[in-house]
Amino acid sequence: MAQPARPPAAFRGQNGAGQQPYSNGPVQNQLMHSSDGQGYNPSAPGSYSHQMPAKVPPHQSSGQYNYSSSQIASQLNNYQGPGQILNRVAPPSGSPVQQAGSVPQVLPPAPQNSAASSAGGFGAAPPGLSSWPYGQAPASHPGGSQTSHLAHVAGTASIHPPSSLPGNSNPPGSYQYAASPGGPPLQNSYMKPASAPPPVTQPLPPLHLPRPPLGPPPVAGPPLIRPSTLTAAAAPPPSSSVPQSLLNSTANREGDAASTASDGSVVQNSYDAIEGGGLMATTHPSPATPNVNMGRNVGYSYPNLPPGYQNTSPGAPGLQAPALQYPDGSKPFHQPPLGPNHLTASMGTLSLQQEGLRPVNLLQERNILPTTILQAPVPNLHEDIQKLNCNPELFRCTLTNIPQTQALLNKAKLPLGLLLHPFKDLSQLPVVTSSTIVRCRSCRTYINPFVSFLDQRRWKCNLCYRVNDVPEEFMYNPVTRAYGEPHKRPEVQNATIEFMAPSEYMLRPPQPPVYLFVFDVSHNAIETGYLNTVCQTLLDNLDLLPGNTRTKIGFITFDSTIHFYSLQEGLSQPQMLIVSDIEDVFIPMPENLLVNLNENRELIQDLLKTLPQMFTKSLETQSALGPALQAAFKLMSPTGGRISVFQTQLPSLGMGALKSREEPNQRSNAKDIHLTPSTDFYKKLALDCSGQQVAVDLFLLSGQYSDLASLGCISRYSAGSVYYYQSYHHKHNPVQVEKLQKELKRYLTRKIGFEAVMRIRCTKGLSIHTFHGNFFVRSTDLLSLPNVNPDAGYAVQMAVEESLSDMQVVSFQSALLYTSSKGERRIRVHTMCLPVVATLSDVYLGADVQAITGLLANMAVDRSVSASLSDARDALVNAVIDSLAAYRSSVLSIQQPGLMAPRSLRLFPLYVLALLKQKAFQAGTSARLDERIFTMCQVKNQPLVYLMLMTHPNLYRVDNLSDEGALNINDKTIPQPPILQLSVEKLSRDGAYLMDAGSVMYLWVGKNCGQNFISQVLGVPNYGSVPQNMTHLPELETAESIRTTTFIAWLREQRPFFPILYIVKDESPLKSSFLQNMIEDRTESALSYYEFLLHIQQQVNK
Amino acid sequence: MAFTFAAFCYMLSLVLCAALIFFAIWHIIAFDELRTDFKSPIDQCNPVHARERLRNIERICFLLRKLVLPEYSIHSLFCIMFLCAQEWLTLGLNVPLLFYHIWRYFHCPADSSELAYDPPAVMNADTLSYCQKEAWCKLAFYLLSFFYYLYCMIYTLVSS
Repeated sequence: MAQPARPPAAFRGQNGAGQQPYSNGPVQNQLMHSSDGQGYNPSAPGSYSHQMPAKVPPHQSSGQYNYSSSQIASQLNNYQGPGQILNRVAPPSGSPVQQAGSVPQVLPPAPQNSAASSAGGFGAAPPGLSSWPYGQAPASHPGGSQTSHLAHVAGTASIHPPSSLPGNSNPPGSYQYAASPGGPPLQNSYMKPASAPPPVTQPLPPLHLPRPPLGPPPVAGPPLIRPSTLTAAAAPPPSSSVPQSLLNSTANREGDAASTASDGSVVQNSYDAIEGGGLMATTHPSPATPNVNMGRNVGYSYPNLPPGYQNTSPGAPGLQAPALQYPDGSKPFHQPPLGPNHLTASMGTLSLQQEGLRPVNLLQERNILPTTILQAPVPNLHEDIQKLNCNPELFRCTLTNIPQTQALLNKAKLPLGLLLHPFKDLSQLPVVTSSTIVRCRSCRTYINPFVSFLDQRRWKCNLCYRVNDVPEEFMYNPVTRAYGEPHKRPEVQNATIEFMAPSEYMLRPPQPPVYLFVFDVSHNAIETGYLNTVCQTLLDNLDLLPGNTRTKIGFITFDSTIHFYSLQEGLSQPQMLIVSDIEDVFIPMPENLLVNLNENRELIQDLLKTLPQMFTKSLETQSALGPALQAAFKLMSPTGGRISVFQTQLPSLGMGALKSREEPNQRSNAKDIHLTPSTDFYKKLALDCSGQQVAVDLFLLSGQYSDLASLGCISRYSAGSVYYYQSYHHKHNPVQVEKLQKELKRYLTRKIGFEAVMRIRCTKGLSIHTFHGNFFVRSTDLLSLPNVNPDAGYAVQMAVEESLSDMQVVSFQSALLYTSSKGERRIRVHTMCLPVVATLSDVYLGADVQAITGLLANMAVDRSVSASLSDARDALVNAVIDSLAAYRSSVLSIQQPGLMAPRSLRLFPLYVLALLKQKAFQAGTSARLDERIFTMCQVKNQPLVYLMLMTHPNLYRVDNLSDEGALNINDKTIPQPPILQLSVEKLSRDGAYLMDAGSVMYLWVGKNCGQNFISQVLGVPNYGSVPQNMTHLPELETAESIRTTTFIAWLREQRPFFPILYIVKDESPLKSSFLQNMIEDRTESALSYYEFLLHIQQQVNK
Repeated sequence: MAFTFAAFCYMLSLVLCAALIFFAIWHIIAFDELRTDFKSPIDQCNPVHARERLRNIERICFLLRKLVLPEYSIHSLFCIMFLCAQEWLTLGLNVPLLFYHIWRYFHCPADSSELAYDPPAVMNADTLSYCQKEAWCKLAFYLLSFFYYLYCMIYTLVSS
């Protein structure tokens, strides 16, 4: 039974395997359990069935063998038979539910729910899971039973029961359900002995195919992850989630948390919940929303349910429709034509195109800002292709119509590039486990929805156009259980997919999650009181740190010396070791400084409780950050992992000591500001860290200048992130404390990927030449990311190297290989396909103004560092002028007066003006140097959505919120007020306005604001009694209050950071920062929007 | 036939020019090495390889930095020698490159000039291709000037 020994075979089994037949039957589950032991169980729980496949892979070595082709015909019989047998057998194991029904019936909703809820409980035991990839051996089955299986194909089921029994100790109800997922594993166990070629598996398909499509196909769509489209659908019954299942290759939802949530209980313990971290927050406002359910169902898209079941579930049909869809496709090789629409398709968009081409006179049209959140433009592709395309939140191109040649691109004067958010938390994500990941043999592209199949056996790479063979395993489609339909496999139906990497992707065992915390404990740091907050938050979230039984944790503190904490087992309390030689740092007792979190939990908790008190009397003002980082690096380099550094002042001792460079009087002088590092110590250290797979995240909580330009390098090149809390103080600045708490919680509990690399490929003819973000470029297209987190965005610039005139579409693929916190090696692949166009007007038609702004902002940061800030500002303005001038001279046939812009770019001048007024690029004295540099770091590291919000805040009127057009999420009604232009003229004295600027929110209350709002929402009797520094809205029982607070809470939930809410009155000091965000108005040093347009018009018409 | 100072200059520059040609070739190879990681894609993704590769990059960048001054000083030495030898034409041919070198040297983006060729900056595909082009151009220039010096040396030796 050396299953583990041969993982590849196992994988193969999954792919090709006809595991399906079993999947529904309880039998399989039981087998699973028995074979694996408890470790696994966590994954098995019914609701998660999809997960099973991913984790179980090794076992799955094929059940195929058992089924010989001859069986095909009689499979149904076989299948059910065994299942029932099992049921009978099962009782001993203690699962009543199962026994009751025949296989198909086992699945009814009720059991599922229980399964889901119980799942949480199981989740607690993640360890087993992590082991899989390596091929740790599950408990072996009794030899006798196995052999017997082999002998009778048909009889397999009956044999199982005995073996399954042991596993059943787990909660009964849930298993039933789980059974379906478990199916595959069982088979594997059998199969292993006789590893056979994949073809055998094929027999199964006939059984399931015949399902009638229940729901409207359109809704179903491909399993694309696009929750937004689904929102309309009503909440599905909880049961609906269950079916999906199992398939080996099937879709796993990433955020299992969501699934549990739908059932009403959010179980944090479950593996996925942790892994998925706060996913929900980003995609869906709240975890248990109906939307989520919908999305999930669609995401699964490959329900296994026996037909009978499907019919029974009441609300399910609509939801499951997607899955059904696939079987329907009758034409074996029908692929929608790649490429821009032809005739029919284009007819539909024709009117739209013309609308898009109609130029807008910016000087005349005042209200160009849409009142809802601006959506990314939809590439002009054939409908069938477009619905497979990657979600624009993950992958976005500045030009959705790619120009044919570099000459055309130069003419358009628009930057060509991609904006990525590759590790975003997704509410559902198909996960594929297979022994061979199908990739192009010459360019190594992963197979994706945009390849073309020449015939059943060959596919043509869409990036390099090489013709490849379809491997045998790939011929079997686990979703439809059909053989010979490679184009319907999940890999070819999903633009975003995750592969479990087989063993050849890991030449060393995946690293354990290792977290090291480095605290500044100098006098200054203790003054701020941050240590209390951080230690408390850490203590509260210790259980939620992503990881498994191998998780390690360690602490270092430093002032002018470095303190290590030995957490050796057996000690009654943590032992502090002080190293005062900061010139040549050494690590005392390295083995006890990083310790296993689970085994030493009490000591760690002890330490966290005492740490804040230990230094209260410290008078040491010096800070030896450099040596402390060196020590941390030495400690971490054998394993890799994450270092979180908390620093409160300018480092003043040892290597990496810095001098203050900020001269307040010269802030206005844009030429002299220091945006470049003053020493390369941090950069070099960061590179060393990158080589050892260590990432450094910097939390800077400083009142004075701390030279973030130099310090930031440590995070930038090691793929960490920077957090900056200006003037943090636990008493003087209590809002910052809450912000730190919330953000730290997110930081600690979010998903994390270790030792990652990302590669971005694009169709031959295009080339990527510059990358933006936090990472180190290891070879021209390979980004080294020691850690990857779900809140990081990246951007790349591209050039057209060769003419693309013989292509209709081009594709881009990003592949992120990482080690999950459970120790699995995974590859997340996103593929996007865009049409190629030959004319300038088409290029303008497809311009994505937000993406262009985002990319320009990234380029401007580079420019300010390499040249100067004023250069960067000029470059931004020139970008607008050049593109509009090019549009005017090359596209517009009739020269009209005014400032004409293509419809797609109508917001371009506004956004660029917003960039010029943003802290990173603004001229003038108001921005402190560290703040400016922090904003630049954010520009580089934030995903586009948040970057846009920071650049151009959203303004809502909130004193008259109504339920009209409101979103309904999780029984909460979230009002959706229209977005207003950022101009004081839109404010009225008798209203209250909420400005959402990403990391901060302002609620401006007008002088004559309705009494109703003041008393019902703010909870004070009149305008005069609104406190000066109010930062919270009281929780009142009134409808108005509930609406406002849910709206604000909803906005906050959508992002990984915590915006502070300031309530601003006319006379409050914050009014100036509120007004500074009024981008369309003139400020002391910047033009108003109208003036800016006039300036541009003047330049354009020159 | 006399052994003038000019002839000596040409002889010396001939020898040094050979060194510059060698530098240029080395640069080309180094940038090529930086550009492509000669490992199979799967190996490239291997964390163990990361360390090796990074060390490689740092070593190459270190050497590149080391070579900057020698190259620039040798070239400026040429210019000084030709100035002294009053070889105006040759000097004129070399002055553009001299200015380019001066601009390159003092136009380092970072606060400290030592940061030229620092790994994160060089690994940018844009910079890399610029550097590579620069290296090829220099190679061509040095090769041509090598033969030009050879010709001039013989010419001065013969004519005087």
